[in-house]
Amino acid sequence: MSDHSIYDMLRHLADSWGLLIMMLAFLVLVAWPFRPGARAKNEEAATMIFKDENDG
Amino acid sequence: METVLTRAGIWLVIFILAIAAMGAAADDGFAVHMGIVAIAALLALGVTVTRTDYAAVANGIIKAPADPSRYDDDPVRWGVIATVFWGMAGFAAGLFIALQLAYPILNLEPWFNFGRLRPLHTSAVIFAFGGNALIATSFYIVQRTCRARLAFPGLARFVFWGYQLFIVLAATGYLMGVTQGKEYAEPEWYTDWWLTIVWVAYLAVFVGTIVKRSEPHIYVANWFFLAFILTVAMLHIVNNLDVPVSITGSRSYPLFAGVQGALVQWWYGHNAVGFFLTAGFLAMMYYFVPKQAERPVYSYRLSIIHFWSLIFLYIWAGPHHLHYTALPDWAQTLGMVFSVMLWMPSWGGMINGLMTLNGAWDKVRTDPIIRMMVMSLAFYGMSTFEGPMMSVKSVNSLSHYTDWTIGHVHSGALGWNGMITFAAIYYLTPRLWNRERLYSLRMVNWHFWLATAGIVFYAASMWVAGITQGLMWREYGADGYLVNSFAETVAALHPMFVLRAFGGILYLTGAVIMVVNVWATIAGKLRTEKPMNDAAYDAEADRPLVPAMAN
Repeated sequence: MSDHSIYDMLRHLADSWGLLIMMLAFLVLVAWPFRPGARAKNEEAATMIFKDENDG
Repeated sequence: METVLTRAGIWLVIFILAIAAMGAAADDGFAVHMGIVAIAALLALGVTVTRTDYAAVANGIIKAPADPSRYDDDPVRWGVIATVFWGMAGFAAGLFIALQLAYPILNLEPWFNFGRLRPLHTSAVIFAFGGNALIATSFYIVQRTCRARLAFPGLARFVFWGYQLFIVLAATGYLMGVTQGKEYAEPEWYTDWWLTIVWVAYLAVFVGTIVKRSEPHIYVANWFFLAFILTVAMLHIVNNLDVPVSITGSRSYPLFAGVQGALVQWWYGHNAVGFFLTAGFLAMMYYFVPKQAERPVYSYRLSIIHFWSLIFLYIWAGPHHLHYTALPDWAQTLGMVFSVMLWMPSWGGMINGLMTLNGAWDKVRTDPIIRMMVMSLAFYGMSTFEGPMMSVKSVNSLSHYTDWTIGHVHSGALGWNGMITFAAIYYLTPRLWNRERLYSLRMVNWHFWLATAGIVFYAASMWVAGITQGLMWREYGADGYLVNSFAETVAALHPMFVLRAFGGILYLTGAVIMVVNVWATIAGKLRTEKPMNDAAYDAEADRPLVPAMAN
């Protein structure tokens, strides 16, 4: 493949399937903390830093 | 004993190789650098051989914990000291180059002119001060949030000392004129290779600790740290794909040329801001702000949403550094659009940090460390609004290449990165050295106000300077010619440059107060001082009201 056709193939991939896959991955990751039962897990994760104080 | 012998052997081989490379060096810069490597190998050899004595000597201040029920904090302690040390070096260099711009007579050729000291300043504050703060806090936080000791303790020590060697090589290189000429990626090829080795070791220690965690969930601060470590590795390697001219020389040529090279450089440059100075410091924010406020983060959900949004958006924003250049127009527009979209996740982080104080806002009045954190988040919010605005092409046509950009960077670096790092240092020092409290909270308060006033002087003078510059550059007369020569625009800015240097003096003075405070805290001193907060009490008024006729 010539340099130009590689470029052409990649840029069409980037604004079709590549864009779609990135968009879907992003939406799934952002929706993840809203899944059923996540509230309690989030609560626990947020407060775990206060569990112990073993410094030094 | 055998491991000591093997280690000593390795250091000896490195020492001999460095001496040989010094002899075969193609240029002076490379020879000096190999000399530094030889000295470092010799020091490591000495430490390895006299290890037993060393532990006893160091027992006073830098304690070696033998107890497996304790966290491994030696590299964190060293990191806090290194952060304070390099911070002073970086701030002092910054003040000096600010004065050079106002008073050009201070350019001391050839080693201490502006062109060589400027990358020394930027690297000292970003990579030495900021980098050490990130390494120290990430080692501290990952242990606490995983409730596990650091994985690969030997490698963790290598990361710390290897990173210091990288800093020394980079800084001495700039003074000798050894540079790739790429902003924030100035070190030459062998220094880049060395940093790659150190960085992979850093990744191994960090991921290793997460793998052996005893908490089921990986706390969000570690997500940000991991994104920072992984992305910086990728950026550093791609932007430093160079071909050395000679294997014993300090010159190299980049793989990418022309506009491709420029795009790779600014893809690197902007994501260095995005992942080094933003993701890494957000990780610090997500641990230290809730800990200092003694309240959990406002919304854990928001922290995850803005994490993924930052990751997915930041990586495309780089082309806004190349508006109106040979870069294709669509790429410029893409960079602008993603930069504007970045405004939302950035403010998501700011809101999450500030709202953590919901119900505890009185702490802003009573706790100067919280005050620093709040100011830091306020500057984060301000500079992440200013950035997207400046990335809009029409605004950029005025602001680009002017001092407005410098002002923008410093409101982010001095305000956001500086303040959150100072707060983290004040949080860590008494805990790491097992002291009852800091030497003085009132000195933290002084540091806070000096730093804040310093940033105000800095940012305000640079806004005025930048807009003045931008307008003077684009001013056409009735005859169709430019009205101002470049030298005239420089002369017009002199008062602003002096004001900027004054802001730098204030910021540096605040940092000197921090050095005294941290030093005295480590030495175990406690300053007797009036507490920061005290509700008014009047003993005279504290009695019942007796009617005059009663007796």
